[in-house]
Amino acid sequence: MVLFLVAVCGTCVVLARDPLRQALMASLYGLVLGLLFFVFQAPDVALSQTVVGAVALPLMILLALARVRWEEERRK
Amino acid sequence: MSVLPYVVAAWLVLVGLYGIVTSRNLLHLVVCLAVMQSSSYLLLLSIGYVKDAEPPIFADVPPTTPAVDPIVQALTLTDVVVGTTVTALLLALAVQTHKRYGTLDPEELRPKRPQA
Amino acid sequence: MNARLRLRVFAVAGTALFAALVWGFVGLPDFGSFDGAYGQLLNRLSVPDRASTDVVTTVNFDFREFDTLGEEFILFAAVVGVASLLRTLRGEHVATPDDDVPGRRVPETSLVVGVTGTLLVAPTVLIGIYVVLHGHQTPGGGFQGGVILATGLLLTYLTADYMTMRRVGPTALIEAAEGAGAAGFVLIAIGGLLFAGSFFENFLPIETAGQLISAGTIPLGNLAVGLAVTGGFAFMLSEFLQQTLIKRRREVR
Repeated sequence: MVLFLVAVCGTCVVLARDPLRQALMASLYGLVLGLLFFVFQAPDVALSQTVVGAVALPLMILLALARVRWEEERRK
Repeated sequence: MSVLPYVVAAWLVLVGLYGIVTSRNLLHLVVCLAVMQSSSYLLLLSIGYVKDAEPPIFADVPPTTPAVDPIVQALTLTDVVVGTTVTALLLALAVQTHKRYGTLDPEELRPKRPQA
Repeated sequence: MNARLRLRVFAVAGTALFAALVWGFVGLPDFGSFDGAYGQLLNRLSVPDRASTDVVTTVNFDFREFDTLGEEFILFAAVVGVASLLRTLRGEHVATPDDDVPGRRVPETSLVVGVTGTLLVAPTVLIGIYVVLHGHQTPGGGFQGGVILATGLLLTYLTADYMTMRRVGPTALIEAAEGAGAAGFVLIAIGGLLFAGSFFENFLPIETAGQLISAGTIPLGNLAVGLAVTGGFAFMLSEFLQQTLIKRRREVR
């Protein structure tokens, strides 16, 4: 069921140590969680979670990562 | 089956905590915190679920159809958006830490003992 | 304590935590058999009493509007926190974006991304406005619609470049939207106090369910929160983007 998928995705998000890979996994996790909320008959929450977890959160992670990488390039 | 969602919520808390404890990168740590937060959403929604019920929107069905609990959905809805904002705040903190100390590793950011 | 010791402590503590959580959770009612009276009462009352068919939005903006006030200001505080954390520090200055320096060659956005993005911006903004306005009838509301609108701004950055995004959404406008949304929400609350006797009382006329103008102050609350959330997310996005432009003073020749 979708619950197992959520548990597996959550575990994968934690196990992905590199922030870039983790951002992609977090996007997938957000989508799966939104699907789960939809199955739980909660369309408002599913809408909110899908938009936020699949777009806004990975975006912020990627931008933070870009800044950190730029800083490391500069220090070399 | 009847307690499975709760067990998954507890598992997510545990997995997120494991990620935080063994993290070597502050950005990875913040995302694990977000996973822990999503477990609370799951818990709230699974408490309010009613079997074979409709979503609490009555635009096309009479208001007397059985529906799932709307209050926990209202709580979770605002929580999702505001939680992401707070996560963004933590990411900004991580970025500034890296600028100041040059590293994102929590091990190297620990306060050092003063040289005796 | 070093990493291995920490892992061992976590193994013990984590197992205890998991056991405690599961023990607590099996005491809850079975999954699917929730019978809380408050929720069922609100489901019955929402349409006849408040003429709004989306009970979740009604709970957020009428029955429990006080909690939404708190959430709204958590969002506001977090945005202020991001603004102060990512401000230009001493010794840094914001360089001209690469796209604006004359004679500098920037990689062009690919044609596919450009066309897709241009086609998608208008529907995204339209859907965002629709979701905000119809919050009291169909799933949606200020929070969801606000994030969708902020995504519209992000699309302009992905399609064109940073300068176009700046022109479409100038910082002053975004900050004004954020402040106006938060203030508007409080003004609605005070309006309830002035016109109907208690804080957050629904004081505008409640028409019939199914109409766009119905349910009293709920659409206004949605609008205020939509403005605030759009402003907040767009502001945070532009702050993070601006980080990639900040250069240290001694580095720029």
